[in-house]
Amino acid sequence: MNQPTSIEKSRTAEEFLKGIWKENPVFVAVLGMCPTLAVTNTAINSLAMGLATTFVLFFSSLLVSSLRNVIPKQVRITTFIIIIATFVTVVDFMLAAIVPQVHKELGAFIALIVVNCLILGRQEAFASKHNIKLALADALGMSLGFTFALLCIGVVREILGSGSLFNISLFGAGFEPWVVMIMPPGGFFTLGFLLLFFNWLQKKRKEKIEGDRPVTQYEEAREFL
Amino acid sequence: MQEETKQIIPSPEPEPSSFRLVATLGLAGFFSGLVLVGAFLYTQPIIAANRARALQQAIFKVLPECTGFKTLELRGGQLVVLEEGAEEPKGGEEPRRIYAGYNEKGQLIGFAIPGEEPGYQDLVVALFGYNPREKVIIGFEVLESKETPGLGDKIMKDQGFHANFESLAVEPAITVVKKGEKKKDNEIEAITGATISSKAVGRLLDKSMAEWRPLIEAYEKKE
Repeated sequence: MNQPTSIEKSRTAEEFLKGIWKENPVFVAVLGMCPTLAVTNTAINSLAMGLATTFVLFFSSLLVSSLRNVIPKQVRITTFIIIIATFVTVVDFMLAAIVPQVHKELGAFIALIVVNCLILGRQEAFASKHNIKLALADALGMSLGFTFALLCIGVVREILGSGSLFNISLFGAGFEPWVVMIMPPGGFFTLGFLLLFFNWLQKKRKEKIEGDRPVTQYEEAREFL
Repeated sequence: MQEETKQIIPSPEPEPSSFRLVATLGLAGFFSGLVLVGAFLYTQPIIAANRARALQQAIFKVLPECTGFKTLELRGGQLVVLEEGAEEPKGGEEPRRIYAGYNEKGQLIGFAIPGEEPGYQDLVVALFGYNPREKVIIGFEVLESKETPGLGDKIMKDQGFHANFESLAVEPAITVVKKGEKKKDNEIEAITGATISSKAVGRLLDKSMAEWRPLIEAYEKKE
């Protein structure tokens, strides 16, 4: 085995980091909206959904990437779905066994991870075309980015909608919770404002980079590619 | 880079045979089945234990002072005490059960009765405690519900609402009234903004009482 070159290392790091920030599945790619809107009414639920998705995405990518030369392309989608559905069912059983309360609250949305387009999307667009190391870096980055985004929404909704964070009361009995925040419209409001914020942040950063120094040849080439 | 250029050029490989396609899917299904059965066998006892514990906690909650209980099963139109460690029936209809709660001295203090009723979103499944001597409901606990968060789900923990069930008469029949209009012992004060869920609870109690009361009375006579 050759030692990984620095280019390889930086490629892995890049695939990992892109999901967390630059190509965040929720805030940038706007994927997986069903769980994003449906189960983010408390921080705990958001975290549980994020971790469940992480488990499924990580192991699906591992399997799809290692079998990428074995699975004929004609039946690849079906095979991916079988792989994903298997891991989702395992997660469903595990949550019911380990954290029954959370499992009860997430209800049908655990099973619906099967149809989260983030997961099938990563298999089709990435894991089935790259080696295991890159696929895992991509899966971890994407799922951490997804969990981070869900937590952002969940924290805001729980604080405003229930006056608590991770079930710990923050404002005491005098606080009148904004009930709308834990109902479906609250999900849309929070997501909308967070999308606005992250877009603004990205625009700011882009402006700053462009203003600070001239575009290098390397960047020009990357833009072109 | 080389790897990427390869993908752009269509591979000259011949189409895989039909057998290979079927075999791939067959194998995927087979291994998936193995994993699922393994996960199921491993988690099932834990899930069953969780359920039993949740049920036990709910029974102790709806029957204050209860320290032990017997499981009664409906068989052939009457209640039969289920021996501890009795084997669970496999398949078929789910057995219908209620629970007789006893205090430290071994005296019967009441029955924990489950019931279900459609609420605003989905079935509300609950357990309540019934004291047959005074003919009152003495405790209420929602086991499952998907009522609207912040409104309907108050039936689960709203203290004002649960105060209704500290001593709720079951005769003549349980009725649901608006908040602040409770005058009689058999009335439940609804939660503001969650009338449908509150009414569902009222119907649930009423229906279950109508069904189980004669059976409980027959059982008590026999005892």
